Amino acid sequence: MAHKPSFMPRLEPRGHASPAMVYVTPLLALAVTLLAGGLLFQVLGFNAPEALYTFFVSPLTTAYGLGELVVKATPLALCAIGLALGFRGNVWNIGAEGQLTFGAIFGGGVALACYDMEGWWILPLMVVAGMVGGMLWGAIPALLKTRFHASEILVSLMLTYVATLILSLLVHGPWRDPEGFNFPESRMFSDSALLPVLLAETRLHFGALFALAAVVGGWFIIARTFVGFQIKVMGLTPAAGGYAGFSQRKVVWLSFLVSGALAGLAGVSEVAGPIGQLQPTVSPGYGFTAIIVAFLGRLHPVGILLASLLMALSYLGGEAVQIGMGLPLAVTGVFQGMLLFFLLASDVLIRYRVRFGRPQQEAKA
Amino acid sequence: MSVELLDATALLLVAMMRAAVPLALAALGELVTEKSGVLNLGVEGMMLTGAVAAFAATVSTGSMTFGLLAAVLAGMAMALLFGFLTLYLLTNQVATGLALTIFGIGLSAFVGQGFVGQTVEPMAAVSLGALSGIPFIGKLVFGQDPMVYLTLALTGGIWWFFARARAGLVVRAVGESPHAAHAIGYPVRLIRLGAVLFGGACCGLAGAYLSLVYTPMWVEGMTAGRGWIALALVVFATWRPWRAMLGAWLFGGITIIQLHVQGMGVDLPSQVLSMLPYLATIVVLVLISRDSTRIRLNAPASIGKVFHPEG
Amino acid sequence: MWHVPQRSPSLSLKSRGGVGFFDLCRRFQRVQTDQLPPPRLQLRRIDKRFPGCHANKAVSLTLQPGEIHALLGENGAGKSTLVKIVYGVQQADSGEILWDGQPVHIGSPAQARALGIGMVFQHFSLFESLTVTENIALGINAKEPLETLATRIAEVSQRYGLPLDPQRHVHDLSVGERQRVEITRCLLQNPRLLIMDEPTSVLTPQEAETLFETLRRLRDEGCTILYISHKLEEIRALCSQATVLRAGEVVGSCDPRENSARALAQMMIGTELKTARSSVSGTRRGEARLQVTNLSLGALQPFGVDLKDISISVHAGEIVGIAGVAGNGQNELMAALSGEHRCADHDAIHINGQAVGRLGPKRRRDLGMGFVPEERLGRGAVPDLSLADNALLSGYGRQALVNRGLISFRKVNAYADRIIHAFNVRTHGRRAEARSLSGGNLQKFIIGREILQKPKLLICAQPTWGVDAGAAAQIHQALLDLRDQGAAVLVVSQDLDELFTIADRIAVMCHGRLSSLRSARDTTVEQVGLLMGGLFETADEWEGDHGA
Repeated sequence: MAHKPSFMPRLEPRGHASPAMVYVTPLLALAVTLLAGGLLFQVLGFNAPEALYTFFVSPLTTAYGLGELVVKATPLALCAIGLALGFRGNVWNIGAEGQLTFGAIFGGGVALACYDMEGWWILPLMVVAGMVGGMLWGAIPALLKTRFHASEILVSLMLTYVATLILSLLVHGPWRDPEGFNFPESRMFSDSALLPVLLAETRLHFGALFALAAVVGGWFIIARTFVGFQIKVMGLTPAAGGYAGFSQRKVVWLSFLVSGALAGLAGVSEVAGPIGQLQPTVSPGYGFTAIIVAFLGRLHPVGILLASLLMALSYLGGEAVQIGMGLPLAVTGVFQGMLLFFLLASDVLIRYRVRFGRPQQEAKA
Repeated sequence: MSVELLDATALLLVAMMRAAVPLALAALGELVTEKSGVLNLGVEGMMLTGAVAAFAATVSTGSMTFGLLAAVLAGMAMALLFGFLTLYLLTNQVATGLALTIFGIGLSAFVGQGFVGQTVEPMAAVSLGALSGIPFIGKLVFGQDPMVYLTLALTGGIWWFFARARAGLVVRAVGESPHAAHAIGYPVRLIRLGAVLFGGACCGLAGAYLSLVYTPMWVEGMTAGRGWIALALVVFATWRPWRAMLGAWLFGGITIIQLHVQGMGVDLPSQVLSMLPYLATIVVLVLISRDSTRIRLNAPASIGKVFHPEG
Repeated sequence: MWHVPQRSPSLSLKSRGGVGFFDLCRRFQRVQTDQLPPPRLQLRRIDKRFPGCHANKAVSLTLQPGEIHALLGENGAGKSTLVKIVYGVQQADSGEILWDGQPVHIGSPAQARALGIGMVFQHFSLFESLTVTENIALGINAKEPLETLATRIAEVSQRYGLPLDPQRHVHDLSVGERQRVEITRCLLQNPRLLIMDEPTSVLTPQEAETLFETLRRLRDEGCTILYISHKLEEIRALCSQATVLRAGEVVGSCDPRENSARALAQMMIGTELKTARSSVSGTRRGEARLQVTNLSLGALQPFGVDLKDISISVHAGEIVGIAGVAGNGQNELMAALSGEHRCADHDAIHINGQAVGRLGPKRRRDLGMGFVPEERLGRGAVPDLSLADNALLSGYGRQALVNRGLISFRKVNAYADRIIHAFNVRTHGRRAEARSLSGGNLQKFIIGREILQKPKLLICAQPTWGVDAGAAAQIHQALLDLRDQGAAVLVVSQDLDELFTIADRIAVMCHGRLSSLRSARDTTVEQVGLLMGGLFETADEWEGDHGA
């Protein structure tokens, strides 16, 4: 039979998902991102090694820098662990940014209400309020999904815009600092409403411990509990979940409430931590970057911990090349996007192997 | 009715139709993509890339035609990336679409840094002399900018394509059951790639309209969620082109009313008014999704599912 | 009579040794030359590998003009792969294809159609939301306006006894009608070779008879038909030549009319076929374990079937079979019984005497129900998860695999091992992904998982569909054993042979309605066939036996 020999690479399904590739592909994606990033810097007329050094290494050379790394990784990890739980169950909450904002509003609201009070109870109250705020904002898409089948992707995203506008409304109006020269900012929180700093000379704050707790808790749910199993089954094969008697509604609600609470916790930790007040913008897109973190971390809490540090570095790196080399801050977004792309692309290696040409046993004309 | 009132109404309607153009273009492009069975959530990212490409090209060459061309190419390049990943590397369409949006936001901000604050000459409205001078009708029917007409033509064209053309039938078939289409010999992935690229081109144009005609300037993240609203419009339209156009007018209307109310000095905080399009999107989604059988009857059956020809 | 498979193409004419005398006469008459025409299609040493599977091993096959040639083989023997290569859907790794004696390369279905090859798929290649005409337009090479095409469709389908309304949407058609669409699509292109992949698995016996008439007529017009099936009786009735595949290899060819079904089966399977047997003679029927009373339920899916006024009871110690052509409401009934689709009427379904209409699958399982769905991979099991996880999937409740919300992995693993061992599931252990198992092994695992939970009532859809004969026999045995131990078993199947082998009582589904139950022993295939066609009254008149 006349076959044209083909040298086009083809994908051949593996009998089994390759466990090694699960760990190799994020590293592969990172390596390719570094290459592509270097190329980008070179094309823009910068010395690639120097730029890469400035981006990826220089932020880590000081204790302050390391502290900043954790400060930025904290909200990323918190949001991403919640999101990962949902993504595992095929529930696409992409409105963590909005839930984070609502956490900041609720937590910040408590702080402002208790402005002239003191007491150990203020911070826990803020934290609880922040989590409740995030949960409430997450409950809306969950409700609309389970009651009306409205796409949770679109609803949660739309609500992000709404949440940002509500925060803006508050700090422009009722919550504006009376002594703040009309700047759209709230008062600075009192000391009782600020998370303690863990390490002197840095901004590393108590919120990092929340993130660690979330990692442990997330791991426990995913690896040990029957609820985690139900989420996984629903995400992989909803029909099998239905057969087993698991409830899609339960998975949607659980995903949104948990991820909402964690995003809200991230929000309140930001305003009670490094920011110390309410501003029109409380996050440089942590809620969106957390999506990348979740995937990069393989939807696994430990992976997410590492990925959040890497993504935090991309923020610091962006600032470093902006200050050091005059590059736009947006280079952070380019790096984040590229990394996610390369990761998704290399994930194909988990289930398929790449073959060149056709398997030909005998050559025949 | 007085002539002034008529004219004011005409202006309002013209403004509404202009506001609808980017939504309609993006929604139409996504509609074609989804009809082939592919869900591309990267609309926002492709629009932003198109917007910045159009603006940069127009500023650099001075030609709006080049600007539009650049937008189409940029949108298609992004779509190609998405298509390659989802169709050939079999990645999850939702995740890849999100990645495309995140990447597009970053890339456009990065490229557009040097163009912030610059301006271009906005696209002139069509002028048909006497015809455009007719009160009310003149402005509305004969006095719009060319892109408004292009959008209408595109709507009609896509309707014809799916209702009458054999190629449209093939795209529908691929979206309904890629495996059956493959079995009788259609190149499923190529057809889908074509639909994805068309979607990218439309989203690029939609972005170009924002940065060249509607605003006209480059602002970081200037689409402000329009890409996501366009995605909702496709569901609202139950995958029918004229209903997508209608939906775009509805949202264009909401945008314009909100601007006018702010302009008239109504005592409502501007943030509340700015929320309107987003809240309206949620309301529309809820109303349309409530009837899940209707959605399932109209939605392309294979949407969002990975297709591998040998598996 | 058996031949060693033809390895050498030059000797391929020998393989016609099994052609009957009358065939030869007819062929000579038609050709009216003193020379034999070249074979219509010759395959020479076709080889195809998939990862982990050598689907075709040097397969050679010769098809003469105007013959109905059976391609016989078990599930997984490589029949489908071979015909996909002929139809250009897949490409052989090596080997040669000769068409009318000329070597050809068939790179795509369009090329196959251009040569004159038509194919009717087992899983139809139709688009539900499109009309008959649109569907056919998509599958033919000629570009003609839909209007004239519609006229031709009506004409051709009428001529061959396959009446079709070109304007109807495919989702409105019965499975039999859908097959007509596929056949008409082929006929419109005047095929010289028609490939039929398991065509009767979706037909009532009467419909199958009509189809055979059409096929014989086509043969008489000179069309060659390659007929794929594992149903031996119909091959003996229809085909003049048979080639048998086993594990990807041609293991012989023969004239099926001159061989018993038993001999054919032995060739197909390679060993003596074991049939399942009950250890208890005569069944003792106990109390009702499943009682369905006037169940009516709207379909969940857009093109689904509404259930209308269904009543049935299944007692301890009996196997009840539900026959019917696919798509007549069986899936909807199964969803209603399993609890995946809950009914508003709580009393419509009783399990062990307790009303369960509004209860979900978990609560019904707690009452002693086991359930084996038709869709193994994707409902009965999660393809990407291990067998251990899949043991947990339905076993969590009755096997107490979960303790205070935490999974007991020790118990899960032990349970999975127990299933694998007890049901002889061939796999490299409980950590293997469900998708890596063959159809038969996965089905053994799923049925084992349900049976080891000691169900009082087991509901089982298409237990052996697409399963190799060895596994099928084991599964039948397991169901019979379960009955003999006093459980109630409900089996839904398209395969009448299967139902007549294991069922004590039989009912038939058609258009969302269920016939009354009748004793399997006192019922004939013809009666069931009438019921499958929806002629509930006629079948009842035929013989006034209603079974109680």
